[in-house]
Amino acid sequence: MTEARSYHGQPVIKQPVWTWEIPTYFFTGGLGGASAGLAYLAQWRGNDVLARRAWSGALAGVAVSPMLLTSDLGKPLRFVNMLRMFKVTSPMSVGSWLLTATGAATGVAAADAWTGRLPRSGAVARPAAALLGLPLSTYTAALIANTAVPVWHEARSMLPFVFASGAALSAGAAAVALTPPDHAAPARRLALGGAAAEVVLEQLMEKRLGDLAAPYEEGTSHTLSRLAQACLLAGSAMVAWGAGRSRRASAAGGAVMAAGALSARWSVFKAGFASAADPGQVVGPQRAAIERGERRGAARGHARVSAPDPARGSPATSVY
Amino acid sequence: MSESTLKTIAWPDSYGERAKPRMGFFTDTSVCIGCKACEVACKEWNRIPMSMQGFTGHSYDNTIDLGADTWRHVAFVEQRLPVDATEGGSLVQLAERAQAVDGGVQTYQEGEGIRWLMASDVCKHCTDAACLDVCPTGALFRTEFGTVVVQEDICNGCGYCVPACPFGVLDQREGDGRVWKCTLCYDRLKDDKEPACAQACPTNSIQFGELGELRERAEHRLARLQEAGQAKAQLYLADEDDGIHGAGAFFLLLDEPEVYGLPPDPVDTRRDLGSVWAAAGAAAAALGAGLLAAVFGGRR
Repeated sequence: MTEARSYHGQPVIKQPVWTWEIPTYFFTGGLGGASAGLAYLAQWRGNDVLARRAWSGALAGVAVSPMLLTSDLGKPLRFVNMLRMFKVTSPMSVGSWLLTATGAATGVAAADAWTGRLPRSGAVARPAAALLGLPLSTYTAALIANTAVPVWHEARSMLPFVFASGAALSAGAAAVALTPPDHAAPARRLALGGAAAEVVLEQLMEKRLGDLAAPYEEGTSHTLSRLAQACLLAGSAMVAWGAGRSRRASAAGGAVMAAGALSARWSVFKAGFASAADPGQVVGPQRAAIERGERRGAARGHARVSAPDPARGSPATSVY
Repeated sequence: MSESTLKTIAWPDSYGERAKPRMGFFTDTSVCIGCKACEVACKEWNRIPMSMQGFTGHSYDNTIDLGADTWRHVAFVEQRLPVDATEGGSLVQLAERAQAVDGGVQTYQEGEGIRWLMASDVCKHCTDAACLDVCPTGALFRTEFGTVVVQEDICNGCGYCVPACPFGVLDQREGDGRVWKCTLCYDRLKDDKEPACAQACPTNSIQFGELGELRERAEHRLARLQEAGQAKAQLYLADEDDGIHGAGAFFLLLDEPEVYGLPPDPVDTRRDLGSVWAAAGAAAAALGAGLLAAVFGGRR
C-alpha cells in the first residue's frame, strides 16, 4: 500500500470523546451479565454457595455500570433521555434497555438468593437476568464496531466474541475470588476457559485486521494488551494449581485474572483512539478498495453532461 | 443524465404533506478564495463560541477542522507543481516556474510553481446519516428539508455520533457536554432565507438551493472545468450510489478528496449493522454455551 495522502496529516474522523468510565463499563457490564448466567446455572446444578456469590458479582456489575455510563455523559442529568426511544440502529439504545432490564432482574434475583424472601418474583427474575446478561456482555462490542473507526469496524465479526470471552473470564475470576475453593470448580473452569479464549481470539482478531492492527502493535494499546496477557498467564497459573485448595490463592488468582480482563478491554478501547487519529488508517483501505475496482468511491471525474451550459454554470465561470 | 441525479428528493416518508424539497449546498472549490467569510458568518449567526486561537503553520488554516465550535472550515492546500510540468506552455514560463520552485517563492497564482487549493468544508447532511442512526436519544433528526440537525434540548452528550460520522464532523463542546454541528441554518430555512455561509460567500463558491437543481448546475460546471484543462476536477458526494447514498452538501474538488482531508469512500456504518448484530448474537449464544460447559462440564 502506498502512503495515503492526507490534509496536513490531520485525522479524517474524530476520536471518541469517551473517558475512563467506558472501558471500565465494558468490564463491569460483561462481569454483571455473565455472572448472572453463572449464578443461574450454578443454582440449577445445586451449587448454592457458588450461586449466591455469583449473584453478588452480577449485582455489583450491573449496579456500578449505570453510574459509570451516567458519569461519562456530557449532560449526566439527562441520562433518562436514553430511554426516550428504542432504536435498533443504535446499539447504545438497545444496550440502555438491556442494562435497565438486566439490572432490575438481577436485583430481584440477588435479593432472593441471599434472603429467600422473593421466591415468586425470583423464579422469573433469575432466568431473565441470566438470559439478558448474555447480550449485555456482547452488545458493547457491537456498539464500538458500529462506528467509522477502522480498527473497531473492520473487526466487527470478531469483537463480540472477544468481549464474550472477556465476560466469561471476568465472571469466572470474580466468582473464584469470592467463593470457597470447594465450591468453586465451575468458576475456575469458566475463568480458565475464558482466559484462553480471550487470548486466542484477540490474536486472531489482530491477524485478521492485517495492517489495520497497527494500534495493537505499539503504544498504549500494546502495553495494555501485554499487561493483560501477563495478568492472565499469572492468574491462570494461580487458579489452576493453587485455587483448588487455598482460599488465598483463589482470591489472588481471581483478582489478577479480573485485572487482566479489565486491561484487555482498555487495550481495545485505546486502539480505537489511535486508529481514528491516523488518517492513513481511514484513507488507505478506502483508496486501496477503489484502486482494486471493488468500490467506486464518492468522487466522480466525468461529467454527465457534455456541453457546458453557461446559463447554469457557476457565476464565476468566466475565470476559465 | 440519470433520473436520480436530477430528481429533487423530498422526505415524504417522515413528513408527508409537510415535506419540503431537499435543500443543500454545492461547494464549488474552484472559485474559493479562502476569505473565510463563511466561517465568520456561521459563527456570528449561530452564536458559536470561540475556538482555538493560534497558528498551526498549515498554510492559512488556523481553524484546523470541523467540530463543535467550527461548522464551516476552509482548508488550504499548497501543492508544489512538478518542475517539468508541461501544462502552461512556453519555455519562458517553464523556466520561470522552475526558478520559483527552486527559490521557494510561493504565490497563489497557478503556473508559478505553487498551486493553492482552497475549500470550505461543512457537514454533509448525508442521505444515510450514521450520526442520526446511532443517536440513542433521538436528539439528531431529519428535518422537513432533508437536513440533519441536533436538538440541543435533547442531546445528553453520550458521544456516540462522534466516532460514527465518517467525515469527523461532530464533536462534543467543551464545558457544555453536548455535540454540536451545522444545522444548514434550519432557523433561516424556515423563514425562506439562505444559510449564513452561502449568503456571505463573495464568489458564490458556496451555493445553496434545491439539491436536484444544484446537482445539475454542478454537472455543467464540472464539464466546463475539464474542458478548460482541469483534468483532476471531480464531483464529490454528488451521486446516489456511494456509501452514504449521496449527500445534501456536495463538492467540486480539484484533486482527490483525501487531499482536502475528506474520505475517498465514506460509508454509513449502518450498512454493516446486520453483520454486527449477527456477530453479537452469535457471541452471546457462544457465551451461553461456555457457561453451560463450565458449570456442567465437570465436578460440582
